[in-house]
Amino acid sequence: MSVDVRIPTILRTYTGGASEVSAEGSTLSEVLDDLEANHSGIRARILDDAGALRRFVNVYVGNDDVRFLDGLASPTPDGTKISIIPAVAGG
Amino acid sequence: MTPAGTATDPAVDRSPAPDAADTLREGAFGHAEALACRECGHRIALGPHYACPECFGPLEIAYRFPLVTREEIEAGPRNIWRYKALLPVPADIEESPNMEPGFTRLLKARNLGRELGIENLWVKDDSTNPTNSFKDRVVACALSAAREFHSKVFACPSTGNLANAVAAAGARAGIKTVVFIPSDLEQPKQVNSAVFTESLVAVRGNYDDVNRLASEIAGEEEGWAFVNVNVRPYYAEGSKTLGYEIAEQLGWRLPDQIVIPVASGSQLTKVHKAFQELIGLGLVEDRPYRVYGAQASGCSPVSVAYKSGTDAIRPVKPDTIAKSLAIGNPADGVYVLDICRETGGAVEDVSDEQVREAIVLLARTEGIFTETAGGTTVAVLKKLVEGGQLDPSLETVVINTGHGLKTLDAVSGSVGPAATIDPSYAAFTGSGIV
Repeated sequence: MSVDVRIPTILRTYTGGASEVSAEGSTLSEVLDDLEANHSGIRARILDDAGALRRFVNVYVGNDDVRFLDGLASPTPDGTKISIIPAVAGG
Repeated sequence: MTPAGTATDPAVDRSPAPDAADTLREGAFGHAEALACRECGHRIALGPHYACPECFGPLEIAYRFPLVTREEIEAGPRNIWRYKALLPVPADIEESPNMEPGFTRLLKARNLGRELGIENLWVKDDSTNPTNSFKDRVVACALSAAREFHSKVFACPSTGNLANAVAAAGARAGIKTVVFIPSDLEQPKQVNSAVFTESLVAVRGNYDDVNRLASEIAGEEEGWAFVNVNVRPYYAEGSKTLGYEIAEQLGWRLPDQIVIPVASGSQLTKVHKAFQELIGLGLVEDRPYRVYGAQASGCSPVSVAYKSGTDAIRPVKPDTIAKSLAIGNPADGVYVLDICRETGGAVEDVSDEQVREAIVLLARTEGIFTETAGGTTVAVLKKLVEGGQLDPSLETVVINTGHGLKTLDAVSGSVGPAATIDPSYAAFTGSGIV
């Protein structure tokens, strides 16, 4: 399963400045593993020490916040667009 | 410095020329010295940044305050710039065109207090700001940051009040504005923005969808100052002025209890920060106070977390008439929980019907027409008293954040003519009005 991942500005140091990268995986967890394999260090910025999503990161599969789906187990169908966005905005 | 009560002209903009784009002028952010992560403490230089590069936590302004006296503040203008030494703004802030918000009324609410059984109740009425909500305060600080960063576009995602404030402040400052709102927003709030800007963008989705879009745009477009995204650390500081004013207007004293509406939670955290700063600076006595948060039940992720005793906020899909509080994924929700728990306060929520009733209650007891956010706050105040969570014998302040003319639909079905009569005295006496 190949997906496109939008990378927020503060993580682009891990992707050589790229704002969007491709990754493989049938779940969000697998996609993050693949991201880590190609962009070492990026996963630890998104997940905490316990392996859960950091509380100030929002991850969307398509248009849906994964907290409304199955979290890291959320399916990532082929061609899906995944967005990683800082959560501390708004209000 | 502008003397109190003196009208000001759109004065000379003293912000730097565009060719100085990559440099910040000396004192651009007053006594602010860095951006510090609230979660991990990591510090970075002042800039248009909002998320910690280490942990994604919220960045806040870190200051090195000078000695500030009550007398210096009292000698300042009757707007938020009297507190400029405590804000991330330059010393010459008053010389750049802005909306000059703040120093709104703190009204003794004897009738509402009597109705609710509260002996000493005050309403901080922020509906009298230039665009009729507290958002003029935060936007004024964000506008200063946008100027200092030489931003080309002044923008925001908004539930309505912020859109009004950004569009108006941008017009006055002569900077292009683009404001994004949910397409189902109350019509008065749409008009109140569109009248000031050519670029009101209605997004098919709820506020959280709009917010997400804004965050993505902020990451891609150079030179945009999204007030509550990439310049949010500066913007949020404006809410501190509510806390400063309440303390000053009470005679340099903190109230025992304060009830504050919670959307993102930023305002509540900043009022608490203001109280702590005033204590730290020796401007008020260090005494305990309780902070209470108010939400509408149709969007109450913070209240739900408070009641369940957890630290985790589970986002919700909002469904409430209190659209200005309809943020399902509140950025500062966890800090609201911390503050309300630490101070001995609480977070409570009320139904839409209770919101409507409270709007009318405040109007008919104090002559203040509040929007749905204020209705939520007053309804929560009532519920807290009835539930024994708020002590009615203690001095209490409730914040009204916006004007009821923006959300007429909320009460238009429940208030109206008591009688429709022919133009005759007999018809009048027969109407039962008196």
